[in-house]
Amino acid sequence: MLTPSEPIVAMPTAGRILVLFAHPSPVRSEANAPMAAAARRLDGVTFVDLYAEYPALEIDVDREQQRLRGHDVICFQHPLYWYSTPAILKEWQDLVLEHGFAYGAGGTALRGKVFFSAITASGAEAAYCAAGYHNFSIRELLRPLEQTARLCGMTYLPPFALFGAGTAVDEGRIHAHVADWVRLLTALRDGRLDMARAASLPRLNHDLDGLLGAVGAALEG
Amino acid sequence: MGGMLFQAFVYLCAAVIAVPVAKRLGLGSVLGYLVAGIVIGPVFHVVGSETEQLQQFAEFGVVMMLFVVGLEVKPQLLWQMRARLLGLGGLQVLATAGAIAAIGMLLLEHWQTALAAGLVLSLSSTAIVLQTLSEKGLIRTDGGQASFAVLLLQDIAVIPMLALIPLLAVPHMAGVAQHAAAAAGAGAVQAAVGGHGADMSLVAGLSSWAYALVVLGAMAAVVLGGHFLSRPLFRFIASSHLRESFTATALLLVVGIALLMTLVDLSPALGTFLAGVVLADSEFRHELESDIEPFKGLLLGLFFITVGAGIDFGVLRDQLSTVLALTLGVMAIKGALLFVLGRLFRLRAADHWLFALSLAQVGELGFVLLAFSTHNAVIAPEQAKLLSLVIALSMLLTPVLFIGYECLVLPRLRGDAEQPADAIDEQGTVIIAGGARFGQVVNRLLMAAGVRTVVLDHDAAIVELMRRIGIGSYFGDASRPDLLRAAGIEQAQAFVVAIDDRDRAVTLVEYLRREFPRLRILARAFDVDHLYLLRTAGADVALREVFDASLELGAATLRALGRHPFDVEKLKRAFRKHDMETLEELYELWDRDLELSKNRALLERVRARTAAELELTARDRTLLHDRSERGWTPPPRGYTDAMESGESDDGPTAP
Repeated sequence: MLTPSEPIVAMPTAGRILVLFAHPSPVRSEANAPMAAAARRLDGVTFVDLYAEYPALEIDVDREQQRLRGHDVICFQHPLYWYSTPAILKEWQDLVLEHGFAYGAGGTALRGKVFFSAITASGAEAAYCAAGYHNFSIRELLRPLEQTARLCGMTYLPPFALFGAGTAVDEGRIHAHVADWVRLLTALRDGRLDMARAASLPRLNHDLDGLLGAVGAALEG
Repeated sequence: MGGMLFQAFVYLCAAVIAVPVAKRLGLGSVLGYLVAGIVIGPVFHVVGSETEQLQQFAEFGVVMMLFVVGLEVKPQLLWQMRARLLGLGGLQVLATAGAIAAIGMLLLEHWQTALAAGLVLSLSSTAIVLQTLSEKGLIRTDGGQASFAVLLLQDIAVIPMLALIPLLAVPHMAGVAQHAAAAAGAGAVQAAVGGHGADMSLVAGLSSWAYALVVLGAMAAVVLGGHFLSRPLFRFIASSHLRESFTATALLLVVGIALLMTLVDLSPALGTFLAGVVLADSEFRHELESDIEPFKGLLLGLFFITVGAGIDFGVLRDQLSTVLALTLGVMAIKGALLFVLGRLFRLRAADHWLFALSLAQVGELGFVLLAFSTHNAVIAPEQAKLLSLVIALSMLLTPVLFIGYECLVLPRLRGDAEQPADAIDEQGTVIIAGGARFGQVVNRLLMAAGVRTVVLDHDAAIVELMRRIGIGSYFGDASRPDLLRAAGIEQAQAFVVAIDDRDRAVTLVEYLRREFPRLRILARAFDVDHLYLLRTAGADVALREVFDASLELGAATLRALGRHPFDVEKLKRAFRKHDMETLEELYELWDRDLELSKNRALLERVRARTAAELELTARDRTLLHDRSERGWTPPPRGYTDAMESGESDDGPTAP
């Protein structure tokens, strides 16, 4: 019997990564576009532009389920819209995470996989707390996704988040963020991420060096 | 008759052999024609005395070329060019004529002769330069445009030059001149002034202000006639649907304008250029261009051959060093001045070199002015012979300079910072064949997305209607390769086939696929059979014209019956998906030589698929769980009870 307090995968394992990218206007994107371009180039990462593949939101359920079966790490990459995903990712969840596939009787297809979100938010990080403008932390706001992952038997990792995304280019923060993104995906692919520690963080890029370094040291020791 | 056929045979033979060889060697067609001319003329003496008469005839190719060039130059473009036309062009003529005249004064007896030589040599060859530039695709570059502006001004400048030269007569030369003129072929003179000579001039004996009025009147006639009369005429001709009558009309137009210009002692080339500019906005532009093009090409080729054939090797042998020195000297002076002017007018690296190298020769108008000067006792016949050789040799060397530009200049500049691509005017990135109901919607969507399009339709009435509502379209049969070229097929990225004729649509797709392997071809199909034919022909996308509309109307009907709109939407999606799959499946069974009604295997499959379709919708009504409902189906009843009691060990459960 599995409970939320007991993550399914405690020790890191090497994995094939599926990035499900959702941006309804990618030509105007400043942060997600370079992240997407970097993810596309990585070996071991399958990059899917959902709006490009299903411009009329007619999602091919069989194809998407096949994709999920073929990967170990599932990532939603998107800008934060109303504290949630853009519409197509919600539609994707409604259609693809079927009873008998993702949950319920016989629904074991996702069991043991890792799930996380890579989001960009326009607000500053300080605004995402009890005392701030948005009242909740980013991890709290993404609770529906966290519970969805758990119901499907997946290990949930906190989001890899970029705050103040609208001004990130002007302030020269994009380059470092994309570099972190590539490091994170590479580490997940090669099984070098400390999952247990990652699961407890407010966000994945809170202490990326620590997450990657600790495992490296543990493996060497 | 036999003699004429023999000559035609010789000239065509020379062209057919020399031009492809020259092009294969990367030398360009102009050099091929020139060499062919040298071979059949001075080398083997297959042709001889008729060359000069032929040349007058062939010069009509230059007239046609300027008409075609004019078609590409919209009036606004001409207006944008005014600074270059007057500044760059004017300075080029004045500076070159002045410099050569100054040097001539040191070498020659009479200053008049020197000045006339300066004027003659200041001109460049419109025929060679424009032909080579467009052949190499350089006409639209900045350097090409600058060269064009200068050439255009030179054509205009010939008019005052012809007025000036008689005033330069050297008295004691006059006696010889009469004789010389006859020998040198006065025809060439008249070709320049107007092809038929003074006997047909309308303006002989008019005072200068009256002449000016007549000239202005003729120009106005061309502009206004071109603007107001040509369209109804073309529309009338187009409605006859006879290709050759349109071609005849196009030729009539060019010949008529040339005749008019001749009658008022103006350059026919200038007149047809003007007519071309007036018609550049017309929907018949591409059609006119492709009709005149072959005549222009043949006549220009003939002209180049006659230049090659006319080189007098006797004089060349006797005065080889003088001719060579003069030719190279003249080209060096012209090139240097062009280079300075190019700098002055801020041409950038590659364009600057192109400009200086392309215009360094002396042109065909030089022959004309030379004969005219001899006739008017300004230049002595021996001097004229020498200068003729200089002109011919400089023309012969021009293709070499172009090769130098390509092989020496360009590779060196390529290392420099990438220059922004030159703007390509009116070369749509998408060509739409067929502008009626179907193509029109396609075009409107593309235009709304900011895509450049060229719409072609063979129905003049449709074209007119579309132009009236502000959609740029052209008259012409899109299944003709020459018209497609005129419409810019080489630069097109995608091609939409929306023509009404089933068979022609398939032929067009086949042709496009064969000639332009990288072009994206999107075609409108009338039915399944046509769709398969288009696909086999090589269309990347083929869509049945009524399928989507029928499906929408079916959906609207279901909504009218009270079905929930989103249920209808889901059913429509499922139906469409099923139909697309069927289409793919049946393609494998389809046989183009077998009628659909006789293709048993295919019909059997259709029956099976239709049955599946009915079953699919029937199940939908009862089970609520099928393709059209997929994913919006709730989990089974009682599912949460099992989950909450934690009994299920099939799937993960919440605590």
